[in-house]
Amino acid sequence: MKHLLSTRDLSTEEIVSILAMTDHMAEINSRAVPKVPALRGRTVASVFFEDSTRTRLSFETAATRLSSEVMTFTASSSSVNKGESLRDTIETLSAMGVDAFVVRHKSSGAPQQIRQWTDAAVINAGDGWHQHPTQALLDAYTITRNFNELNSMNGRTVAIVGDIKHSRVARSDIDVFTRLGAKVVLVAPAAFLPSSLDGWGVSTADSLDDVIGVVDVVYMLRIQRERMDAAQMPSLREYSSLFALTPERAARMQIHALLLHPGPINRGVEMIVDPSLVPGSRILQQVTNGISVRMAVLFSLLGGDATTTLQNGAEA
Amino acid sequence: MSSTSTASSEILGVTDVDKALKRIAHEIVERNLDLSDVVIVGMQTGGTWIAARLHENIAQISPAISVPLGAVDISMYRDDFSLRPIVLSAPTDIPVDLTGRTVVLVDDVLFTGRTVRAALEALNDHGRPRAVQLAVMVDRGHRELPIRPDYVGKNIPTHFSDEVSVGPGGVTVVAASGEAS
Repeated sequence: MKHLLSTRDLSTEEIVSILAMTDHMAEINSRAVPKVPALRGRTVASVFFEDSTRTRLSFETAATRLSSEVMTFTASSSSVNKGESLRDTIETLSAMGVDAFVVRHKSSGAPQQIRQWTDAAVINAGDGWHQHPTQALLDAYTITRNFNELNSMNGRTVAIVGDIKHSRVARSDIDVFTRLGAKVVLVAPAAFLPSSLDGWGVSTADSLDDVIGVVDVVYMLRIQRERMDAAQMPSLREYSSLFALTPERAARMQIHALLLHPGPINRGVEMIVDPSLVPGSRILQQVTNGISVRMAVLFSLLGGDATTTLQNGAEA
Repeated sequence: MSSTSTASSEILGVTDVDKALKRIAHEIVERNLDLSDVVIVGMQTGGTWIAARLHENIAQISPAISVPLGAVDISMYRDDFSLRPIVLSAPTDIPVDLTGRTVVLVDDVLFTGRTVRAALEALNDHGRPRAVQLAVMVDRGHRELPIRPDYVGKNIPTHFSDEVSVGPGGVTVVAASGEAS
């Protein structure tokens, strides 16, 4: 593995291997001093052309905890405003000595482009509607570990609720969840679904009420108010009446069911219930796990060829 | 490039391994007058079963004192990532703060000493031990760092490219011969 541009770059075995390595990183993060020298001397550049707080901080924290140097680039305070092209930006940073670029861009496919202009590893931290692979990995980690599984989501059903069509998180999650054996049901108005779901391996539901009581995971996506008009939803209220997580709906979740959200939460839009009052909420745990997963990804890309043996103390 | 023919020879059998583990356990008890300070830490992955056996044997020798058993994963501390694949097994599990304790670090084979160096660094992240002692089943020579074992199952002179395999069933050396032709 040289780059992480899409979840599809990863074989199912590689996904399982990253989740296993994440356990090691979680152990490091549980220490009083959560830092190891694994990537000493490496430089990770976080290059964000689109606003983000949690993903950027999560990656930078992950890199720091592996003792890597971190270079931070944000488009809003850079020469992009002076008309510097994406290519010039990447080539300039590469010339300063970068081992990995963590890239977020509003255009789908930007990380693939960047790969052609540098010898460094490229990690996609979200590109347009396309992919957000580390989000899917941290979600899969959160779900499997909460259900005491190491490498499978067999027999679990995940409802992904919200604006599927414009969501890179949904695309990445669906790919990883289904390959790990989960059933995925998309809960959204037709305008928020892609025009074709052929080959996605998912089912759909018309309202959250249809599925809330039977699924193992409720995955709420953020609804961007600015997309409401484009989606021809008559009103936010109508959307909320069918698809928002209300206290009443949350109360109907199965006892073991988990509530996930990639953040940031839009309170009063998709989340009417206060998530801190939902016992199954693992939303903050997702944030914590995000650091461990990103450490595993950085270490996999920069730390050598990792192979994982899943032996339980048994010795060959 | 080169054709290699291999010759394998068993150096220790199952009973030899058993005896060595009993002897080392006695040496550990002898050398550490206050056993309650001692923590046994196996190195992932080759050292963990040896650590567990030593732990058992020590419990039989002095049943009154319970010695903690841990495991350390050194894959994040290596200085040779680019040279060899990283093999992950199980995460580090150090059950107690190591500050002020005597750690008996356990591995299967002592070779260049680089793994032990990494383990010493890893241990430091779990407290500052008063002392670290090193127990290995096989010392095969070829040290690249100033590291020596305190307890050795068997010293085995080897060629640098030989492969030494250690398990509960015995110790085998696979000699890589006819390297160049």
